[in-house]
Formats: sequence, structure tokens, C-alpha cells
Amino acid sequence: MTAVNEKRILLGHGSGGTLMRSLIEELFLEEFKNPLLEPLGDQAVLNPIDGRIAFTTDSYVVDPLFFPGGDIGKLAVCGTVNDLAVGGALPLYLSAGFIIEEGLPVEALKRVVRSMAECARSAGVKVVTGDTKVVERGKGDKLFINTAGVGVLDDSVSLSPASIEPGNVVIISGTVGDHGIAIMTHREGIEMEVPVKSDCAPLHLLVKGMLAVAHGGVRAMRDATRGGVATVLNEFAGASGTAIVMDEGLVPVREEVRGACEILGFDPLYIANEGKLVAVVSKDAADEVLKAMRANPLGVDAAVVGEVAKGPAGKLLLKTSIGNTRILDMLAGEQLPRIC
Amino acid sequence: MIRRIHITGVVQGVGFRPFVYNLASRLNLTGFCMNDSDGVVIEVEGDSIDSFLSELKDCAPPLSRIEGLTVEELPGSIGAKGFSIRESDDAAGSFTLVSPDIATCDDCLGELLDPADRRHLYPFINCTSCGPRYSIVTGIPYDRPKTTMAGFRMCPECEAEYNDPRDRRFHAQPNACPRCGPGVWLSEGGTTEPSSDETDFGAIQRAQTLLREGAVVAVKGIGGFHLACDATNEEAVRRLRAGKRGSVRSRLAFSDKPFALMSPDLETIGAYAEASGPEREALLDRARPIVLLKKRLSGPIASAVAPMNKHYGVMLPYTPVHHLLFHTGGFTALVMTSGNLADEPIVTSNSEAVKRLSGIADFFLLHDRGIHMRVDDSILRVDSGKRRLLRRARGFTPGVIPLGEEGPDVLAFGPYLKNTFCITRGAYAIPGPHIGDLDDIGTEEFFCETLGNLKSTFRAEPVAVAHDLHPGYPSTRLALEYAKRHAIPDERVYAVQHHHAHVAGCMAEHGLHGSVIGVAFDGAGLGTDNTIWGGEFLVADRSGFERAAHLSHMPMPGGDMAALEPWRMALGCIWRAYGDAASEVIERFFARVDEKKRTLVGKMLRSRVNTPLTSSAGRLFDAVSSILGLKDANGYEGEAAMALEYTAAAAAERIEPYPYALVAEHGITRIETGTVIKGVVAEMARGMDRSRISARFHQTMADIIVTVSSGLSERTGIKDVVLTGGVFQNTLLVWMVTEGLRREGLKAWQNEQVPANDGGVALGQAVVARELMKGSTDNKARGERA
Repeated sequence: MTAVNEKRILLGHGSGGTLMRSLIEELFLEEFKNPLLEPLGDQAVLNPIDGRIAFTTDSYVVDPLFFPGGDIGKLAVCGTVNDLAVGGALPLYLSAGFIIEEGLPVEALKRVVRSMAECARSAGVKVVTGDTKVVERGKGDKLFINTAGVGVLDDSVSLSPASIEPGNVVIISGTVGDHGIAIMTHREGIEMEVPVKSDCAPLHLLVKGMLAVAHGGVRAMRDATRGGVATVLNEFAGASGTAIVMDEGLVPVREEVRGACEILGFDPLYIANEGKLVAVVSKDAADEVLKAMRANPLGVDAAVVGEVAKGPAGKLLLKTSIGNTRILDMLAGEQLPRIC
Repeated sequence: MIRRIHITGVVQGVGFRPFVYNLASRLNLTGFCMNDSDGVVIEVEGDSIDSFLSELKDCAPPLSRIEGLTVEELPGSIGAKGFSIRESDDAAGSFTLVSPDIATCDDCLGELLDPADRRHLYPFINCTSCGPRYSIVTGIPYDRPKTTMAGFRMCPECEAEYNDPRDRRFHAQPNACPRCGPGVWLSEGGTTEPSSDETDFGAIQRAQTLLREGAVVAVKGIGGFHLACDATNEEAVRRLRAGKRGSVRSRLAFSDKPFALMSPDLETIGAYAEASGPEREALLDRARPIVLLKKRLSGPIASAVAPMNKHYGVMLPYTPVHHLLFHTGGFTALVMTSGNLADEPIVTSNSEAVKRLSGIADFFLLHDRGIHMRVDDSILRVDSGKRRLLRRARGFTPGVIPLGEEGPDVLAFGPYLKNTFCITRGAYAIPGPHIGDLDDIGTEEFFCETLGNLKSTFRAEPVAVAHDLHPGYPSTRLALEYAKRHAIPDERVYAVQHHHAHVAGCMAEHGLHGSVIGVAFDGAGLGTDNTIWGGEFLVADRSGFERAAHLSHMPMPGGDMAALEPWRMALGCIWRAYGDAASEVIERFFARVDEKKRTLVGKMLRSRVNTPLTSSAGRLFDAVSSILGLKDANGYEGEAAMALEYTAAAAAERIEPYPYALVAEHGITRIETGTVIKGVVAEMARGMDRSRISARFHQTMADIIVTVSSGLSERTGIKDVVLTGGVFQNTLLVWMVTEGLRREGLKAWQNEQVPANDGGVALGQAVVARELMKGSTDNKARGERA
């Protein structure tokens, strides 16, 4: 009896015994196949890397596991790849840790792993080491994945929010709010007329294209995940002691996302993205960078959405469609009603 | 023997020293008087000291208010001949009370219209009894160099008046005349420079002509600009409404928020609104507030002024410019709405006006007396003969509320909407003026500049900061930033629960100590359990409270969107009241709402995505308003609830309330209102008249308040019931509740000096913080008691 013939994950799949062994060999190794993983040692031994090394980790607990535009596996690769990419690094290797709740259909795990592998291949990264744990029913939520990533950073790359200066321009790589709204509407069974798909995608090539034409003009970049664009820009404003002034009318938002936000009572600027980055670029580099972004399928909707001003220091301001200027604060926690 | 008399209160800039001078001279006393930094000092000697002291108290000038008077006996003799007024003495660390801006007095008005007077038709006439004060003061002590009049050098005639203690203009800091004072001119926009042909009364007459022709004119006043048009010209009013636009928050292009009106006199007002005796008195108050008056059924006012509303907000002219606009103007009423775009603060400078208001105003009536402190018009209504402030600003700011005891300087940052701040200094609370909704960066700047100004005027150095419990209010962020900047330690930063602040503020106004039953009914405030409160019964004192009872929780699908769109609250309430049978009810009564939206909100209610719970009374009024088909969207705050109030029939006999249940749970009484919703729906289904349903709903809410309050009174022995929060701006409800409480032998207390709405929250925050500071230095325990 082999592991992948079971219909559901058993505690034994994480016991270190033969069930686990077969799971690793027949599923993980088969899908992630590469020479560094194949020895299945306690560690992956990497070849020497020429350049500064970027290293990051992130955990993925999204519910549902499968959603329009992606799944937890694709997310676990894209998320970590993007964390490397927005620092200007070329992603090379990933680790993958799986925490599986007893009872997860094996077919679901297979789908996730296949999706991870496919995404890793397309992003040019190798999954070189991993871990599997199975927890008792009720002690987890179906499946959690942790990935860590290693990338290499060209010497010329120097990105830091502290280097943001008044006069710089703010660029968003595409429509905002897609991922968060896709997850929320799918999870809650809220069907919109036009279903919203997650934007989950690896951004390293987009970044590569930007850096190639920017000649050092890119000051800072971040992927706008949890907390959305507003949170990233708040952090940028805080770190640089500048004011970031965004123009509501310039922020690309899909009509269906806008509609969903209206009904749900959310602000798309605070909604998570998984395939969008926010960049602050010097004015002279902006046109070239924008052109390069739009040439990439993941950046066709890229747009300049605002610019950096001197003050009020540390604040993100939004020029609204009716002509006044709001302060967009960091969310203090969950969004609690304020209107009396 | 010399007597040294020290007087504190509103005694500067109100003709107090001339009054002292004339009194002392008449009684043949020798000595002097002068302003110092916390009031007026008098040193006198002579035989008739006793009459002097008693007249000092009894005959003080009308605008003055004596808060404290001490008499010291000094040895020796003054040695001077006669009585004199000396230069101001400014001692560090002390403060005095600055007068609010005061409407043009009858004496000045007489001169203004007297062809023989040298100030005939002069738009800046004033004296010690009237004119701008707070809005032009740039520092203390209150003297001309520390006002925006500093740049105008008085001509010899004005200077003579200014220096003559027997003159009405003795030390009238804004004293001016056509020769030496500010001027007014009309601009078509583009430039803010005076043009030579249309200045002074000529400019005003030209403005009259333009207004008559239907133009919108931006008029510079005391605390900011107004946007004016002929209120009887439907098209002009509609144009103005379109120009003002809606607010970001309401997501509506424009709102039906009523425009304020100004009419020349009470008689003219009578043509379109009803004014009772107390309402006429309120209109004539020196503060010249906007007073809400009942519309007459037919009248000449354009319907776009206050659509769907039963009231007009009306005020009388309060500056010479206003008087001159009506003089020979022939207007029944002018719309005089705040000169601002939606969500922005009122505009004060000429250049700002031309820049910001050019899209709305066709012309600008400008002048060159600077406005240092912006201040909006105040709004009040008269309810059972008592004045209730809805917005406290011009004419009231920077008036103080005596707290009855000395205490530390505390700064309270107020709520999110209708924000005001509040400073305490010594034995006073100084509520800041209405700032507005903290949605716009300009409004935050308005907050900061006004705070800076009042702090320095009162020489306050806050040692503690109070803010709302809600972490997402901009005012909370401002408070925390302030505390950090001023190195105020964490244990001196007080997060005060919203409804406790409402109650404590009302207690402070009335000098209530000990415990009260606090009924705080409003739209929303964060509770200590992280749900949104708003239908609360607190057994409270100034330092803490026990949440004794509350309305049952209703879901708010879409969070704040449910506050903007009452139909969502209606669906939420129906969903909670009917469970599985809700869809049928919703389909029957909400066919008018887009089916897709209806379905999605239904799904949100089931999945609870962004659907927080609230015990808010305001939201319950919203829901019922929507179920009755009155209002599905709040274009401005309280719109749906007001529509519900106006619909209620005047009931001759007592109506039976809808059934409701009191459920005790963990020592807290939950007032189950699901049956109320069911009652409303059932009567709608039976086709009952909406006016009757609304009246019955009001009666139910009143019955709940009276029943729960008397229950709490029995349990605690407390007889004082504080009614506060925006819901208590509903006059019908207030009438029913106060009647009921009276029958039960309970004493009802309501806000008088600050609004019952969130405009009164800052005072309460400050009072709670001061009370907690008394307790101990290290004990941060506060707020809710188990």
C-alpha cells in the first residue's frame, strides 16, 4: 500500500515511517524533482552563489485552499518569490514545510503540490528541501505551508524606503484588491456577476525589467499583500519621513472589485494583493520604468498613482474624486465601524 | 487703607475697565485698574468702598462674567489723585477668559444707519459691547497689537474714542472707521486686491444686485466665509447645492443637508417659519446662533433649501456687513451656508476663498480684516422652552464651563465625527469650537491650529491626554502623536469609552457628582467588548461605569456602509428577528432595492463577513425608517432617523409600545428589540399608517428608556438620569422620555452647554481623565467595572 493511494491523509503520513516516506518519494520528490532535492538529506547543499544573498520566509494559511486564480501552493511559491523579488533579488531556491491536518484528502494535497511545482518551474526557482508534519484533526486547518527562499542580489541594487525623497513618483503594477476580494467572495459564497480572480503571480521578471531600465532610479519596492497598497505606502512614508500623496482617480481598480468592495464595505486600498507591487521611483526614471512594466504581462495596468511630498511627514494622503484630501491611516486592527 | 481687588472671568474686551473707571470716579475713589493675565486688578481707596464693591458685582457690563473676586487690604496710601486705567500687566502662568464674537449691538446699528454719523454705512463698526473677539485674537492679553487689527493704525478721532474711558469705544480693540479701518470690496474672483470702483457700501449694493439676479456670492464674515444666494430663487439654490457637492463618506454626489438662512428681522422670518417666544429670544441672543424653526406650510423659500425637512435653520444678521446686505436689499432670506467644499473646513482668507470656492461662487465680497481663528456658525434648537446646542462654535467659543474645582490641565481629543476638542485649565473646561468630521487633512489642520491657539490663549500646558477608545479614530491618532511629542507618559494617556464620555460630559455641565443612570443613545461608539455600542444604560460616575443594560445586538452588513445605507440595517434587523423566514419579509418590503445587492447582503448576514454587531439605538431608528420606506440612504448624518421622527403622528392618547423583552445575562440586561422589528413589519403588512407606526416605535423606545431606568433606580437608589447622545436630539423621543421619567419620580438631565451629539464627547473625556488623575498616580484602572 502506498501513501498516495490513501484517500485521506492519516496521522501516519507524518510519523516518519513508510507512509511518510512514500508520500515524500511519490509526491514531493516526483513533483519538485531536481538534483539538489534528490538526495533527500536533512539539508540541501547549495552551490556557491555569486553575490549578496537575500533570504526570506513566510507562512501560508489561506482558507479556502483553492480559489479562483490560484491555490495555497501557488501562493506559497509566489509569496516568497515576491518577497525576494521586491528586494531586487533573483529568486533561486525554496524550502517547503507542510503542516497537514489529519483527514485532508490526498487528492487535495496532490493538487497543491503540483501547483507549487508548476509555479516554481515557471518562476525559475527550485524547491530544494522540505518537511512534512501531520497534526490531529481539529489542531490545524486542512493545510498550512511555510516556504523560505534564497535569492541573489546584484551589487548595483540598493532599495530602501529610507531613500524615498520628495519629488519621487509612486507606481502600482496593476489593479488592486483582486486577491483579497477573490478569497473573500469565494470563501463566503458571495457570487459576483463577474467573478474576481486572485492576481497571485511571481513578480521577479517584472522587477528584473524595471531594474534593467531604472539606472538606480527605483528607491523602494514592496509587494502589496496584507493591508494592501495603503499599508505599504504608510510604511514608506513613515520610513522616509515624507508624505505620500496618492490620487484616488489614478489607482487601477477592476470594476468587479470596486463593486464587491462597495457591497462588502471594504476599501480596495486596504485589500491584499498577491501579484502587485508598489514602487517609488525617481522622477527621471519613471517613464522608462513604467514602459518596462507595461511590456510585461503582469504589469500591463501599471500606473503612476501619486508622488512623494515633503509633509506632513509620515503620512499617506489621498486626493479623492470629489476634490478633498484624506489621510489614510494604517489600520489599527480589524476595520471597526466608526460612523455615528 | 488700600483695597486690592482681583477679578477673574470674562472681564477683558467687554468694557470692564471703563465700567470700573466710571464707577470709581462717580464714588470719588482714587486709584487705578488694569488688565493682567488672569483678569482685572483694581487698587482703590476712599470712603465708599462698600458701595463700590457691591455695584462692581451687580452692575457689571452685559458681556462680562465674574468668576472670581478677591479683596485684599494693603497698608499705606496710593497717593494718586483721581482714578486711572493703567497699561496691561502680563504675568506669566496666569490666564484670562477671552470673549466670544458678539453680534452688532443696537447702539452701533443705530449709528450704522444714521446718515449724520461718521460711521454711516461703515461695515466694520463695533464697540466694547459688540464685534469680533475670539476670531481676531492672536495672543493675550487682549490688546489691539495682539489682534488682526494690529495693522490698522487708528485715526486721531478713533484714537480719542479708544483712550476716553467715558466713550463706548474705550479700548474697543477692533475700533475703526472709514478713514482708518478695514474696507470691503467685491471681486469677480481671480484677484483678491480691492478694486477702486466697488468698495464699501457700493460693493455691498453691487452684491445685492448680483444676489437678486441669482448669483452665488461668497461673503467674508467673522469666523469664515459664507456662500450666499437668494433663498427664494430655486435655481440659484440648486446651483449652490450642486456646487457644494456631497461628502466622500456618504459616497453621494450631493446631499440634501439643509442650508442655513439669514433674514433681516423676526418679522420677515415669520413669513416662512414659526418662532415661539424662546425661539425668538434665541435668535436675538448676542451669539446669533442658527436656530431651527418649524417651516410654515407655504412660504417663499425655495424647496431646495431644506428638502424633506420640517425645519429651517435661521439666523439674524450679526455683522455690519450682513446688516448692510439686507439694508435696501429687499431680501426675505439669503442662504448663508458655510463657505467650504464638502468635508473641508470653512474658508477664512481671501486667497483661500478665491482658490477653493471659485467653482461655486460667482463673486466674492471680501474685506481686509484678517480672521485668525476660523469658527463656524453655532446651531441650536429650542425644545420644551430649553435651548439645546447642536453645534457649539461662533458666539460660544471660547466660553468656558466652570468645573467647580481646580485640577490639572487636560487635553481631550474628542471623537471622529462632529469633532471638538476640550482643554481643562484650573477650574474650567474650555470646549473647542466645532471642528467637523476628521475626514480631510484641512480639517485636521483646523483642529491643530485651533488647539494651538486656545492652548496659548489660556496658557494651558496639558499634562494628560484623553481620547476615544476607538483605535481607528483620527482623533485617537492625533492624541497619541501629541502625547509622544509632548513626552506625556503612558499612564497619563486615557482611553475613554465613548458613551461614558457622553454621560460624564453631561454630569460636568450640571455639576453632578456621585453616580447617575446614564442613558447614552447614539449612532456608534466602540465598547469595551469590541462591539459597537449605542443603546447603552450605564450606571456611571465620573471615573467609571458599569454597563447595566443595552439594546440587543443587530448585525451591520458592510460595517460603516450600514450606517450610510439604512436599508442594510433594516435587512440586518429583519434577518435577526425572523431567522429563516427573513427572506420572505425582505422580498416583500425591499423589492425596491436592487435584487443582486439584496441577495449579497443576505449572504453577508449568513457568513458574517464584515458584519459587526451593534447595540446602537441610532441604527435601530435607521432600520425602522427604511422598513417604513422613508429613507434608504443617509445623505447626511441622522437623515433617516429625522425622517422617521417627522413622520410620527402627534398622538393624542398614549400608544401601547411594541412588545420587547428584558433578558438578564451575566448581570447585564439585554433589551430584546427583535419583537419591536416584528411589530413594525406586521403593522406595515397590515397597511397601517406609517405615521402611526413611527409614533408607536417612538413610544416603544421611550418606554424602554423609562422602564429600564426605573428598574436601575430601584436597584441602585439613584434618581438622576442623564439622557445623552445624538438620539436625544429627537424632540419627540425626549418629550416622551422626560414625561415618563417625571411620572416615575426620576430627574432627567440633558446637555445644555455642549451638544448631546458627539460634539459633547470631548468635554466628557476631559472630565473622566481629570477624575482618574485624582485617584492615584500609578493606578490606570479605569473604565468599565465588573
